[in-house]
Amino acid sequence: MILIASLFIAAIVLFVLLRLLPGDPANALLGVGATQQQIAAARAQVGSDQPLYVQFVSFIGNLARLDLGTSFVSRASVLGEIGNRMSVTLPLTFFGFVVALVLAIPLGILAAVRSDKWYGAAISVISQLGIAIPVFWVGILLVTLFSINLRWLPSGGFPLKGWANFGEAITGMILPSLTIGLVMGASLLRYVRAATLDVLGSDFLRTARALGASFPEALIRHGVRNGAVPVISILGIELASTFLGAVVIERVFSLPGLGSMLLLAIQQRDYPNVQGVLFISTLLVLLIGFAADIAQRLIDPRLRGRGRALA
Amino acid sequence: MTTKTLLLAALLAGVALPASVLAQDFDPNASIRIGSLYEPQNLDNTAGAGQGINEAFNGNVYEALFQLTDAGSVEPKLVESYEASEDGLTYTFTLKDGVTFHSGDPLTAADVKYSIERVTAEASKSSRKKSLSTITNIETPDEKTVVITLSARSISLPYNLSYVWIVNDAAADITAVEDGTGPYLLGEWRRGSALALERYEGYWGEAPTNGEVIYTYFTDATALNNALLTNAVDVITSVQSPDSLAQFAGNPAFTVTEGASTTKELLAYNDRVAPFDNVKVRKALARATDKARLLNSIWGDYGTLIGSFVPPTDPWYVDLTGVDAYDVESAKALLAEAGYPDGFEFTLDTPDYDPHPIVAQFLQSEYAKIGVKVNINIITANEWYTKVYQAHDFQATLQEHVNHRDIVFYGNPDFYWGYNNPDVVKLIADAESAGSEAEQVEKLTEANKIIAEDAASNWLYLYPQIVVSAANVTGYPINGLNSQFFAYDIQKSE
Repeated sequence: MILIASLFIAAIVLFVLLRLLPGDPANALLGVGATQQQIAAARAQVGSDQPLYVQFVSFIGNLARLDLGTSFVSRASVLGEIGNRMSVTLPLTFFGFVVALVLAIPLGILAAVRSDKWYGAAISVISQLGIAIPVFWVGILLVTLFSINLRWLPSGGFPLKGWANFGEAITGMILPSLTIGLVMGASLLRYVRAATLDVLGSDFLRTARALGASFPEALIRHGVRNGAVPVISILGIELASTFLGAVVIERVFSLPGLGSMLLLAIQQRDYPNVQGVLFISTLLVLLIGFAADIAQRLIDPRLRGRGRALA
Repeated sequence: MTTKTLLLAALLAGVALPASVLAQDFDPNASIRIGSLYEPQNLDNTAGAGQGINEAFNGNVYEALFQLTDAGSVEPKLVESYEASEDGLTYTFTLKDGVTFHSGDPLTAADVKYSIERVTAEASKSSRKKSLSTITNIETPDEKTVVITLSARSISLPYNLSYVWIVNDAAADITAVEDGTGPYLLGEWRRGSALALERYEGYWGEAPTNGEVIYTYFTDATALNNALLTNAVDVITSVQSPDSLAQFAGNPAFTVTEGASTTKELLAYNDRVAPFDNVKVRKALARATDKARLLNSIWGDYGTLIGSFVPPTDPWYVDLTGVDAYDVESAKALLAEAGYPDGFEFTLDTPDYDPHPIVAQFLQSEYAKIGVKVNINIITANEWYTKVYQAHDFQATLQEHVNHRDIVFYGNPDFYWGYNNPDVVKLIADAESAGSEAEQVEKLTEANKIIAEDAASNWLYLYPQIVVSAANVTGYPINGLNSQFFAYDIQKSE
C-alpha cells in the first residue's frame, strides 16, 4: 500500500517538474528551418498542445495499465527500451555494488579492529579521500591509466551484440564497475568501521570473551550480526544511489544504459521516456528500501515485532 | 582496380603479385568502425531522427535521384537522364535500370512518387519540406518515368531532390527498419550504442571497398577520442574538441584531415528591435570583433574566417572578410553616428554548450572596449528553440548554423533574426526561379554581398571539419557536407 502511494506521489511530482522545465519536444523533432505549421503539427502529434490536465489524466491512466507509451523522438516502446537499457544498468549496479562490498567490509572491520595501528588509520584516511573525489573524475583517472596508458581494458562503449558478445560486454563493465565500487566502497567503509567500533565497545562482546570465546570467534558469531543491522540500512540507501550514480558513469564510459537514456530524453523533452525511466527508477529504489527492511528483520529478531506497524 | 580484380588478373596471367602490393593493399571484407557523436534517434529522416541519420544512411543505405557529392556538386544517382521543359515548370526524369531495393523489389516510378510525397506530407518533419513546396503534381506515365510539375520555376529542384531518400513504396513505417537501394543494408542496431551496415550483394553500382561499417555512438567527445586512441574505432567523423587534436596531430599512427565545413558560428541580432534595427550599430559591432583572435583562441590553426553567411563550398561564395574588418576606432565612430556615443547594453542569449559560452565571454570583453555592455544569459538548446527560434523573444543570440546553401534564410523576413531587406528577398526569390544556374549564382552572389554590407548578422567564423583516422584507413569523405559520411570508398589495410 505504501509502495503504491509512494509511486503515485512520485508520478505526480515527475509530471509537474517535467512540465515546469522550459522547452518543447518539437525542438528535438524539428531543426532550424522548420515552419510554424511543422511545429504545430509536431506538437499535435505528440500531444504537447493539449491542456496539462488532459495530458496528466492520460499519463496516469496509461500508468495504471502499466503502459509507459512510446517515445516522441525514437517512436520506440518506452518499456521495451527500458528493458534494453536495464541489461546494461542492472549488471553495472550489481558489479559496482559487489566491488564496494568486497572492499568495504573487510577493510572497514580491519580499520576498526586495528584503529590503533598505522594501517588502520591509513585506511580511514584513504576512504575519506574516496568520498571527496567526484565519481566521474575517478572514471577519467581509471581510463587514463588502464585504457590509454596500459591498454588493458576498453575506454568505454558496449558491444553491438550486447551480452551475446559476452567477453567484450564483461570487459567493458570492468572499469565502470570499479569506478562505482571504489567511490561507493569508500563511504560504505566508514559505516562498517563505525558499526564495528560500536560492537567492539559493547557489553555482549566483552561477555562472550569472558565466557571463553576467542576474539575472532566472538567478533564473527556476535559482532558481525549486530554490526550488520545499521550497515544494511545504509546499504539499501547506497545501492539506490549506485543505481542513480550509474547516470554519470554511463556518460563517462558511453554505456547505453538507463542513465544515458534519461539524459538524452531530458535534453529532448521526450516526456514519455523521461517519465518512464524515472518511474521505473523510483519503483526500483522503493523496492530496494523494502528489501533492506526485510533483511534487517531477518538478521535482528528484535525488529520483527515492529513489522506489522510498518507494513 | 580493386583487390579482387587485381588478384583475378594475376591468376589469369599466371604471375605472382609482388608481396609489397598485397601488403599495402586493402582488405575488401574489412569492418570499418566509425566513431560519432550523432546517434540517429530513429531511422526515418522525415521523422525527426536528427543529423545522425544522414551521416549513417545518406548514400550508404538510401540513395536519392541526385547526390550531393562530398565536393559539393549535385550529380545524378538513381536517374539515368532528365530534362526540364522550356518554361521550367515540368521536369521529366528517367530512372536507372537494374536498381533493386534491399527487399528485392525493383525500383519503379511509383516508389519515387511515394518517396517525394513522404517528405511533403502533413506529418513530415523534414527540413526540406518547404523547399519542395513548389511541387504541384507527380505523374508516373510508365515504370521508369517520373514527371514533376511545379507551380513556379525551381532551379534547385535537383539539389533539393538530393535530400529525398528513395524508399520502397511497399515499406510502411521506416523508423526502425529500412528498405533502400544503397550499397549497404542495415545489420544490427542497438539504440544508444551502435548501428551496423552490411554490404548489399545485390547493389546495382560499384561494390563497396569494405565488408561492413559499424557506427559506434558516444555521448562524450573525450570518450570518442579515447576510443580512437585505444583502437576501438578506426575513424572519427567530426572532431568537436579542439584541445584533443594535439594527441593525434604529429602522431604517425593517425591521419588528421581538415575539410570544408558548412557550420557557421554567428552572433545573430534580432534585427527587428533597437538598437539592432540600425545598420550602423550592427556594422560597429562587426568592426569591434577581432574574429581572427577569436577563431585562433578556439580552434588554433584550424577553421576559416568568413565575411558573410556563405561558406566557400557554396557556389555563390565570394571573399567578403574585408567588409567591416576589425577596426575599433571606426566602430566607435559608427556607434556615435548611430546615436550611441556612450555605447549601450544588451542581453546575449547563449546556448549552454561549446563553444557558445566562451564566444560570449570573448564578445563581452571585445565590446566593453567600445562601451557596449553584454549581459550573458545562458540557456539550453531547448529554450533557445522556444524563446529565440519560435517566439523571437531576444535581443541577440549565438548559434551555429550547419546547413549547406542556407543563405535563403536571409530571404525570409519571418526567420528568427528578422532581417528584412526587400532587395535581398527579391534576389533570393528570383534566384530560385532563374532560368540557368549561372543566373542563380549571379543573383545569390549579389544577395550575399548585400547581407554582408548590411551586417545582417555578425558571422564570426566557419568551423573546421576535422576527420581523424587510424593511419591504415583511407577513402572517407573529408567535407561531410549535409552531415553525410559515405562509407563505400573506405579502405582498411591489414
